Amino acid sequence: MKAVAEIGEIADHYDLVIVGAGPAGLSAASRAGEHGLSVLLVDENPAPGGQIYRSITTTPVSDRTVLGEDYWRGSAIVARFERSAASYAARCTVWSIAPEDSDLPGAAFEIGLSLDGHARLIMAGQVILATGAQERPFPIPGWTLPGVMTAGAAQIALKSSAIVPKGRIVIAGCGPLLYLLAGQLAAAGAEIVAVLDTTPRRNWSAALGALPGFLRSPYLAKGLRLMAKARRNLRFIGGVTNLTAEGTGRVSSVRVERGNATQSIACDTLLLHHGVIPSVNLSNAAGCLHDFDETQHGWVPQLDDWFASSVPGIAIAGDGAGIGGAESAALRGEIAALDAARRLGRITIPERDAQAAPIRAQLERSLRGRRFLDLLYKPAMQFLAPPVDETIICRCEEVTAGQVRDAAKRLGVTGPNQMKAFLRCGMGPCQGRLCGPTVVELIAQARGTTPAEVGYYRLRPPVKPVTLAELASLPPSEAAVKAVVR
Amino acid sequence: MFRPMSELRLASDGKAEHDATRAPRLSFSFDGRPLTGRDGDTVAATLLANGIDACRETPVSGAPRGPYCMMGVCFECLVVIDGVGNRQGCMVPLREGMAIETQHGRRQPEETQA
Repeated sequence: MKAVAEIGEIADHYDLVIVGAGPAGLSAASRAGEHGLSVLLVDENPAPGGQIYRSITTTPVSDRTVLGEDYWRGSAIVARFERSAASYAARCTVWSIAPEDSDLPGAAFEIGLSLDGHARLIMAGQVILATGAQERPFPIPGWTLPGVMTAGAAQIALKSSAIVPKGRIVIAGCGPLLYLLAGQLAAAGAEIVAVLDTTPRRNWSAALGALPGFLRSPYLAKGLRLMAKARRNLRFIGGVTNLTAEGTGRVSSVRVERGNATQSIACDTLLLHHGVIPSVNLSNAAGCLHDFDETQHGWVPQLDDWFASSVPGIAIAGDGAGIGGAESAALRGEIAALDAARRLGRITIPERDAQAAPIRAQLERSLRGRRFLDLLYKPAMQFLAPPVDETIICRCEEVTAGQVRDAAKRLGVTGPNQMKAFLRCGMGPCQGRLCGPTVVELIAQARGTTPAEVGYYRLRPPVKPVTLAELASLPPSEAAVKAVVR
Repeated sequence: MFRPMSELRLASDGKAEHDATRAPRLSFSFDGRPLTGRDGDTVAATLLANGIDACRETPVSGAPRGPYCMMGVCFECLVVIDGVGNRQGCMVPLREGMAIETQHGRRQPEETQA
């Protein structure tokens, strides 16, 4: 692996540019390197690992029991990548991916990069997006108060800095990550005063059909162990139907509703989690088509068996291809890399297929049981489309659920892009990452239709803010010069 | 507000110490206040470890906000670093001598001239 320290060290062209240094991106880079492709792996974070193996090479947490053996599996994935010939640009942001219309051989895409406040445009023959997942928005009244964070945020702080929330912690939501985090924080000596479980009881009947797959899955033993540990050692409150974060200036308590019963729990930190959804901003802006997946209840890119998207030359691996977990992410990365090598003419179709066969078998095993988890931990409707009008749903522009409902009903706004024009939701710095799913859900509910019918934001580059100064300092292309000469 | 995890280890001299405190400390300032942080932490993590959980005021209502996702998605941890506004605190590693400030509302034009 060749670490890139400055943007000037990045070459003008690579066979393959991979975005995201989690298990999918790292494995794709390693595999592509083995086939002789010139590879650039770009990642925003200071160190490789993505979110699941966050800070795996730098974590100050040395007691391996705190983060668990599943976390430490990331070491081998990073070690293999470090032995590869791939270039690695840490702290580097991809803000644009556009088809390159020049006739340069092997230049299919123009990639916009930014590192340390300097922008660059480079060429790539193939692209693999391994941008992973983000936590599903969890809009409740008061969720914008300082002291309210995602469960993933606390996990990141623990992995990368060995710090835990000070004082009384309440963890709320549902899903495997919630129970995992509760266990990790407890092992790190944090004071968890309550775990509030929002798993809707009726989900059990929906999930039972998928139980046979789960019973044969690697999740079973692990999941039961996590649940048993969390329930044994922590104050566990199930059947939670509504939540409100309360406080002045910062969170000081959480109001918990369980059917008709209400109680208030004092806390210093409230951690929220309702599962993860694919990060679609970059793939959406690159023009890849997405569908609404009913089981995972989120937008998932349209992909073929090789994780190739609807845009020829762009593949999407890892959790960005649909939530599958760390193990499947790495395997998807391998498969996507094999197909990139095939498209670049480095291996034949039979060679690709032969190498992919054992990986596919592993992938199938790793995804077993996922459907059960998706169905069981699908959040209740009141957390997807907040019933309280004052609930902020667009954190950037401070747009409320009531405003979106009103615009959908009274003004007849039919989709999220039209909603932007009326309310500015999704137009702040996060570009809809924290409001998109909720806006879609509220419109669907108000109009008596489905998220699939409503559609999602049409995103455009830059997918992360770049300054005008950065753009202005880019060297002009020949075409750009010609365009203004006469 | 965050604190070091209670992972007690025995150092070579037999004294118990926190793992996280073994890393060198860096000096920085927040709104002019001199503070220290662990080398290797991001700006957002450093602020949390120093008991600061609100680092900006929103452009719309002026409400206080603090780090929410810690992974570059939510843009709630925006701060002014060495005169440059709109920096994502969770993505920027702490450096010796950094001057970090609360971001009040939108990024200010004069900040960009630094």
